[in-house]
Amino acid sequence: MATTQPAYVLLEDGAWFPGTARHSFPHTPGEVVFTTNLTGYQEVFTDPSYLGQIVVMTATMIGNYGTNDEDMESGRPQVTAVVVRELARQHSSWRATGALDAWLAERGIPIIEGIDTRRLTRHIRSAGAMRGIVALGEQPSDEARRALDASPRMEGLDLASRATVPDEREVGDGSARFHVVAYDFGMKRNILRILTSLGCRVTVVPATTPAARVQELGPDGVFLSNGPGDPAAVRYVLPEIRHLADTGLPTFGICLGHQLLALAFGGETDKLPYGHRGGNHPVRDFQTERVLITSQNHGFAVRGTSKVVSGTKALEVTHRNLNDDTVEGVRHLELPAFGVQYHPEASPGPHDAQGHFREFVQALDSQRLSRY
Amino acid sequence: MPRRADLESILLIGSGPIVIGQAAEFDYSGTQAVKALKEEGYRVILVNSNPATIMTDPELADRTYIEPVTPDWVAKVIEQERPDALLPTMGGQTALNVAMALVEDGTLERYGVELIGADERAIRVAEDRKEFGAAMERLGLAVPRGAVVSSNDEALAHIEEIGYPAIIRPSFTLGGTGGGVAYNVEEYEVLIKRALDLSPVHSVLVERSVLGWKEFELEVMRDHRDNVVIVCSIENMDPMGVHTGDSITVAPAMTLTDREYQVMRDAAIAIIREVGVDAGGCNIQFALDPRTGEMLTIEMNPRVSRSSALASKATGFPIARIGTKLAVGYTLDELPNDITKTTPASFEPVLDYVVAKFPRFAFEKFPTADFRLTTQMKSVGESMAIGRTFKEAFQKGLRSLEIDRPGWVVGATLADDRLESDDRDDIKVALRTPTPERIFQIKRAMIAGIPVDDIAELTGIDPWFLSQLQELLDAERRFAEAAEVDAALMREMKRLGFSDKQLGDLRGTSEQDLRERRWAFGIHPDYKVVDTCAGEFPSATPYYYSSYEEENESEPLGSDGVVILGSGPNRIGQGVEFDYCCVRAGLSFRELGYRTIMINSNPETVSTDFDVSDKLYFEPLTLEDVLEIVRLEQPKGVVVQLGGQTPLKLARGLEAAGIPILGTGPESIDLAEDRRRFDALARKLGVTQPPNGTVVTLEEAIAVATDVGYPVLVRPSYVLGGRAMEIVYDEPALRGYFAKAARVSPEHPVLIDRFLEDAFEADVDAIADGEQCVIGGVMQHIEDAGVHSGDSACVLPPYLLSERAIDEMREHTRAFAKALGVVGVINVQFAVQDGVVYVLEVNPRASRTLPFVSKATGAPLAKLAAGVMIGKRLAELGFTSEPAIPYVAVKEAVFPFSKLPNVDVILGPEMRSTGEVMGVADSFGMAFAKAQIAAGDALPLQGTVFVTVNDNDKATVLPIVRRFHEMGFRIRATEGTARYLRQRGVPSERVLKIHEGRPNPVDLIVSGAVQLLINTPLGKLTQRDDYLIRRTAIHHRVPYITTMSAASAACDAVLALKSRDGSVRCLQEWYQLARALLAEAPQSGVTRRPSGKATAHG
Repeated sequence: MATTQPAYVLLEDGAWFPGTARHSFPHTPGEVVFTTNLTGYQEVFTDPSYLGQIVVMTATMIGNYGTNDEDMESGRPQVTAVVVRELARQHSSWRATGALDAWLAERGIPIIEGIDTRRLTRHIRSAGAMRGIVALGEQPSDEARRALDASPRMEGLDLASRATVPDEREVGDGSARFHVVAYDFGMKRNILRILTSLGCRVTVVPATTPAARVQELGPDGVFLSNGPGDPAAVRYVLPEIRHLADTGLPTFGICLGHQLLALAFGGETDKLPYGHRGGNHPVRDFQTERVLITSQNHGFAVRGTSKVVSGTKALEVTHRNLNDDTVEGVRHLELPAFGVQYHPEASPGPHDAQGHFREFVQALDSQRLSRY
Repeated sequence: MPRRADLESILLIGSGPIVIGQAAEFDYSGTQAVKALKEEGYRVILVNSNPATIMTDPELADRTYIEPVTPDWVAKVIEQERPDALLPTMGGQTALNVAMALVEDGTLERYGVELIGADERAIRVAEDRKEFGAAMERLGLAVPRGAVVSSNDEALAHIEEIGYPAIIRPSFTLGGTGGGVAYNVEEYEVLIKRALDLSPVHSVLVERSVLGWKEFELEVMRDHRDNVVIVCSIENMDPMGVHTGDSITVAPAMTLTDREYQVMRDAAIAIIREVGVDAGGCNIQFALDPRTGEMLTIEMNPRVSRSSALASKATGFPIARIGTKLAVGYTLDELPNDITKTTPASFEPVLDYVVAKFPRFAFEKFPTADFRLTTQMKSVGESMAIGRTFKEAFQKGLRSLEIDRPGWVVGATLADDRLESDDRDDIKVALRTPTPERIFQIKRAMIAGIPVDDIAELTGIDPWFLSQLQELLDAERRFAEAAEVDAALMREMKRLGFSDKQLGDLRGTSEQDLRERRWAFGIHPDYKVVDTCAGEFPSATPYYYSSYEEENESEPLGSDGVVILGSGPNRIGQGVEFDYCCVRAGLSFRELGYRTIMINSNPETVSTDFDVSDKLYFEPLTLEDVLEIVRLEQPKGVVVQLGGQTPLKLARGLEAAGIPILGTGPESIDLAEDRRRFDALARKLGVTQPPNGTVVTLEEAIAVATDVGYPVLVRPSYVLGGRAMEIVYDEPALRGYFAKAARVSPEHPVLIDRFLEDAFEADVDAIADGEQCVIGGVMQHIEDAGVHSGDSACVLPPYLLSERAIDEMREHTRAFAKALGVVGVINVQFAVQDGVVYVLEVNPRASRTLPFVSKATGAPLAKLAAGVMIGKRLAELGFTSEPAIPYVAVKEAVFPFSKLPNVDVILGPEMRSTGEVMGVADSFGMAFAKAQIAAGDALPLQGTVFVTVNDNDKATVLPIVRRFHEMGFRIRATEGTARYLRQRGVPSERVLKIHEGRPNPVDLIVSGAVQLLINTPLGKLTQRDDYLIRRTAIHHRVPYITTMSAASAACDAVLALKSRDGSVRCLQEWYQLARALLAEAPQSGVTRRPSGKATAHG
């Protein structure tokens, strides 16, 4: 451990948490959030929804099974930095191709270990998610404080345009049964894996793609992906979503995509105090009255009470979180458009909600039938 | 859907005595179930034969039946109580099997009792290997290749496709009883035969060995609306091939990626649905090929289990409690998470810490037993530890085991680690075989420079775990070699879980010095909360563990708080009975306005349920760990007298640190334990002791033994459960004892007592407040003197002792209580020989018999103890006279012999029983009969008694055998005994001794021609014969009796069973009878003798 050097996490309210780092790194600011996933660190780190965030893992032993090429949710780590209690020095898994430590270091992502992550988590829980910075040193320096102050706030931040694909690209078999256009705001790979496995060819388009271009592509339905940042900052895409949904094209949104769908029909979103991040959130499905254990990763949520979505009569609430009663799903009362706040694609997390993809494909199917 | 309103009364079945594979975890689950049902307003009827449990405390259920947990007896309870429903999933395999028997014989249907929690079909699918395999096939889940067989021929027909090594698992047995691994056809046939014999349905699964595969368990819950949650994942550090109860296990799973974990989770959900557990929990085991990730489903238990208790403690999610609520109609989302109170139970706990569980073995009690770990469970208890990291939890868990290892340290000698040399090749050979010591052999291997990958290959333990251990060793070396220990280094080591003792040893300084240095740096642990949600929500439940971090979450209670030290891992001699005492006293402190702080390390117990105390610290019971908690809490005082030896050993250290001990002080405890000081006290009080002496060398021992006269009882001072205690008949044997027994030194002297042959022994449990001492009960042992009191059956009230002798014992007890200044409970052991009362031992602390006395008499001694410890007088508490009972209670010990082949069953001064049962009836014979049935030794009502006793016992056995003959039994005996009996008019047929030819006694037992065996050791020549006969009896479940007094008692019992049908009565009604008696004769201060038959002894 000769190379270990002191490092710390500093929050904008002045609280700071000492740890150590095995590699040097520059001051790195970001929004500090925690996730309670017990497994799936590689999926978390590569999930574009975490763009711009310093992620605290509440699970204490990270890196045990190394890294591999399969558990990637995008082409690279998306998190700004990682904070853990203990980073494995040795890993073990028949699928591993490398160590987490080296994998992050090679990609320039700082990781601090030895932190009392529970204290940090409890701090965020009571004070709310906030900006922070990871830096080397025994204790916070003025330079780090200045860098933190100069960093952007998450509210009003459009990160989707950073996370999206630069150009249209097509995924899947040309002979697939359905064609879906997916707005990419930072889409996880597993969404594509599932859609293609269910018989969809997917054209992934940039966040700024006009509705007219989508119509040109002639899809059977539209998918609105997950992604990072404040949904209110992605207003430019709302008219396009509204237009496409109004044509009667089946529309399915996940996470940020779900928030955008709600906003497009006049709904409103709020920033949650410290967000939902983990793989154990109970969600009630009003239709079946069953509880789904869901994978979640969001800092904003659609506003609503009981079944009513604030600001619009076009939508109704279909799912709620049993922990804090926030809105977890909405559906258009007339159009085949729906969204869920959680992640049915899981990866990481439980598969309880994967039925939503089938639901979407069924909508594509009946839409096509009605067209003929 | 809220609770079911169509049910009014619910019958709950407990698991009976503590045995290997079925221990205190079912007291925990059963107690939670009773409380959960009471909360919902149901009338709760409980059947459990084990008096040492909390669940049988009469204040818990509405109707508490301490009756045998067998289909017949439970049916009697059903007939009497007419419950609406039966909850069979809380009492282990025993309860499940009884419930299934009651379904099959039509009892439940006849009385309109509904099975709730798991229905008949679900139990059958989960338990029957063939049906389970078919269910897995329907789900497309792989199971190990195998076959279900019900004969040796069938077994041989399948072995070719399965191949060796083959795993053998009998259906419907607990703790893997009768299971094993066969490497060749010879072993295979032996194991198949045993498994077929032990399986109640004569069906055995033979399957492909997955030895060395990774082993995982998931705890799953499902409600009737089909909501399913996974409560916890558990990873076994020891790979497949070692029973999970004998494995070191870790939660959450450490080496699974999300992808693999989710595949396992999906499979678990599909399995619980397919099997059809629709309102409760289950445990599912998986094996994973470490090379390819291929996953196999091993088994599913449709009930709470040892693992579910562990998972509950590991996560804070009370599986038994929630399972009970689901069984009466709730859904998961309707129930609150008991820890957060604000979020629902329909979620999956997440951990921001690591939990490690360690098995505790008792091979020192069974030197001839096979110590290799296999698929049949052999451990008798467990410790659990929580740390922020694996390394921290691992070290805390090892020091929690109380096996003289302050962490992961090698033994003082190679033999301690079961090694003959520390040669690399020898270590490598040893590593291939799983044993209790393997975890320490691994350290020796690393010290010898064997690389982690080689160790992984040899042990099958995942390299990740081994690399963690290697890091501990590396850290240790850095610490030992550091020029100076500064604050940073000290903190780093504490964060890795090292104890002060370990660190002191590494630096060549004392634990005390090391601790002072640490304190000088201001380094103390913080206490973190187990909150089910990794800090995501505020939590209301004060369940803590220590870690060296930056934020302490435990708000001290100050002088309102009373700290109770629990009893640590269960072991022989220290089991659930002490947990009962701790819990009962804890509840009492709360009633008296104090707040209780429980410290314990045993995940099986009720005491580590966060619900029973105001604060729970799940911590090792070492001086270091207790001092830190007390330093933070600053309580009114610490209770050390209720948890057995574990807290007693800490008393001096706590006192030295200026911490108030509640009740009887350490000085008195010392006085009672220190033989020389105790002798002086006994002489002063005019109490007779057997002639004795304390020695530190063999020469002294020979002198003392010659002086007091053989036979002598030898034992080390400060013993627990008679460890290393022996009766020695001559000098060569004494030399032998010193040659093999423990290290003798001035700090560890050996006690030598004249052994009182043919004496009766008795125990007295009493309570004192510093002024007054009130007797709780006098129990007479049924076995002869020389059998450890924990192994002897005993009866309350005494049935063969003179009133004068009993009075003398009461007097002596009161005198000792006064002289020792006892405030709390006291236990005195006596022997009566030729009318002389000798005192054998005085224990100013809770005894093993305290729960039995409390249940038998209704006097809540542990509860009263709490009262006097905080300064109440017994008069204030309303307890001023010895309870009188107009009935008889018998306690019988239960032994692990069927789990441990190659162990002789002859009882002696070394305690070997794991549990106990109680029988209550209006006569001695019936009470003893019930106790025997409850202990699993149902006595025969007809058939053949086979008698073979030594010459000394012939005169004694004669009247007993005559009575058996008069009751219509056929008597068979070996030559000497047969001739003796015939000459005295008892017809008996001769059977050849083993060395005389055939058919011999073993043949008779095997062929079912013997229904009861009475055998006392005959002498050196025939030792092997005797041993074979007794082992055969165990194997074929023929009741066996090895002492004359037990034979006499058995005779009474058979007579009682033959003359009438046994009836059942709950404790609450027995007590009512006793109160009615007291009302008739209010002046009565002494125990009345019931009208039952009292047979003259000998």
